[in-house]
Amino acid sequence: MKYICLGYIEPNKFENLSEAERNALVDACFSYDDELRKNGHFAGGEGLQGPQSAATLRWENGKVAVTDGPYAETKEQIGGILILEARDLNHAIQLMSKHPGVKAGPFEIRPAADLSGMMQESEERRG
Amino acid sequence: MPENSIELVRTTLDGLYRSESGRILATLIRLLGDFDLAEDAMHDAFAAGLERWPQEGVPANPRSWLISTGRHKAIDGLRRRARFDASQDKIADQLLPSGDFAPADVGTESDESVPDDQLRLIFTCCHPALAPEGRLALTLREVCGLTTEEIARAFLTTAPTLAQRIVRAKAKIRDERLPYQVPAPEELPARLDAVLQVVYLMFNEGYSASAGASLTRADLSGEAIRLGRLLLELLPEPEGMGLLALMLLQESRRAARTSPSGELILLEDQDRTQWDRALIAEGVKLVERALLSRRFGPYTLQAAIAAVHSEAASAAATDWPQIVALYNLLARAVPSPVIELNRAVAVAMRDGPEAGLALIDGLLQRGVLTEYHLAHSARADLCRRLGRKGEARASYERALALTQQEPERRFLEKRLRELEE
Repeated sequence: MKYICLGYIEPNKFENLSEAERNALVDACFSYDDELRKNGHFAGGEGLQGPQSAATLRWENGKVAVTDGPYAETKEQIGGILILEARDLNHAIQLMSKHPGVKAGPFEIRPAADLSGMMQESEERRG
Repeated sequence: MPENSIELVRTTLDGLYRSESGRILATLIRLLGDFDLAEDAMHDAFAAGLERWPQEGVPANPRSWLISTGRHKAIDGLRRRARFDASQDKIADQLLPSGDFAPADVGTESDESVPDDQLRLIFTCCHPALAPEGRLALTLREVCGLTTEEIARAFLTTAPTLAQRIVRAKAKIRDERLPYQVPAPEELPARLDAVLQVVYLMFNEGYSASAGASLTRADLSGEAIRLGRLLLELLPEPEGMGLLALMLLQESRRAARTSPSGELILLEDQDRTQWDRALIAEGVKLVERALLSRRFGPYTLQAAIAAVHSEAASAAATDWPQIVALYNLLARAVPSPVIELNRAVAVAMRDGPEAGLALIDGLLQRGVLTEYHLAHSARADLCRRLGRKGEARASYERALALTQQEPERRFLEKRLRELEE
């Protein structure tokens, strides 16, 4: 079963680390990702550029409006996502508890929704 | 290598997971000394099998292969992470196999110790230091191999809530260093009791849901019976026999206790031809064996009562004096108002409704069971038989106000309507 792990980070927290600290964290994270990959748990993932790089699309007054910056101003921003292959929620929790990234900010783990039924119904409607 | 051999290996591994994961996990926990580490190791070993078996062939003893591969994977993982966290290195050192270690050793050693490992796992998951709901969730996941999501569905709760219970229970095992061992003989009766309680709770959760729309959740009862059989195989104690018998005898009535539309049918109104005779025969045999041991307890006595019901052609033809006698023994073994209530119902069948009613009123006057819906519905039923409609109505209404189970609500509402006719 696939679980999407959203990794949050406080803005500037990472930047404020010393270079040695930053390197140690990055190395530990990548090394753990490799371990996940090796055992077939890493089903994909990307780090995200900072929130100032975001463009947000929104439906407003009958047309699409584009604004810069993230949708919501929160103290913690999404720093990256990881798609995890795990047997169940506790297995996913176990695997992510060992991820060194959890020291930099919280992970939110959510099961991937199975949309196949919805897609099939939609295909039938569209003929 | 042709594609279908990978598929073949996958099917083999799926089968092994279902039949062997409990045993493999139990042994890995002993070897590695940590639940989470052992679980990861087991998953990694199955993944390694999927990768290597298509080329190397399925090993002669797949279980030993998975155990020794899992053990090595765990040690490798700790070593790798130790580069970033010094404390992991120490753990890896402690786990490192001794010099003369060879994978074959794990095989022979583990094969002999498998039953003990499984018992260790059951006793640890059902440790009295853990919260009761944690014990149940942990046992279903670690011993029965159900996923967090499956257990959450069975308990009508959310997966994150259930996941937290499991995380907390495991943290407690780790932090309080609960020993991973079969209890010493002097501790055994009390600890076995805690295990039997978990099994019976699991069964009841599946047999009579404490809340919600569906009266039975057969999958949980099925797991409880499977676990009861395993436990008896590992540890042939009379009360384990009694509990398995009790579950089998109750299970034998499953088809007869609800109507096709999901309505509750009381024992006296059930179509006894629908009772599962094979389950009854197995249950009765186990009760007899447990009684012969002369070391039986409350589960065996309850099973004996169920066996008397199972052997009767109808409610009227039931050996009620025998049932009352068994309730007397049971009430002496474990004094409880619920047992007194059941005894009162049996007395009503033996001596007439008035005698039973006097006993129930005595209980309620003592201030016990006043919030227990079954006490009021039993009282209502006896009043109804005596033609005391007003009292029957008041008691049915009280029971209705107290029950949270949908089929029971419908049953009580039906009885109330019938009173008006």
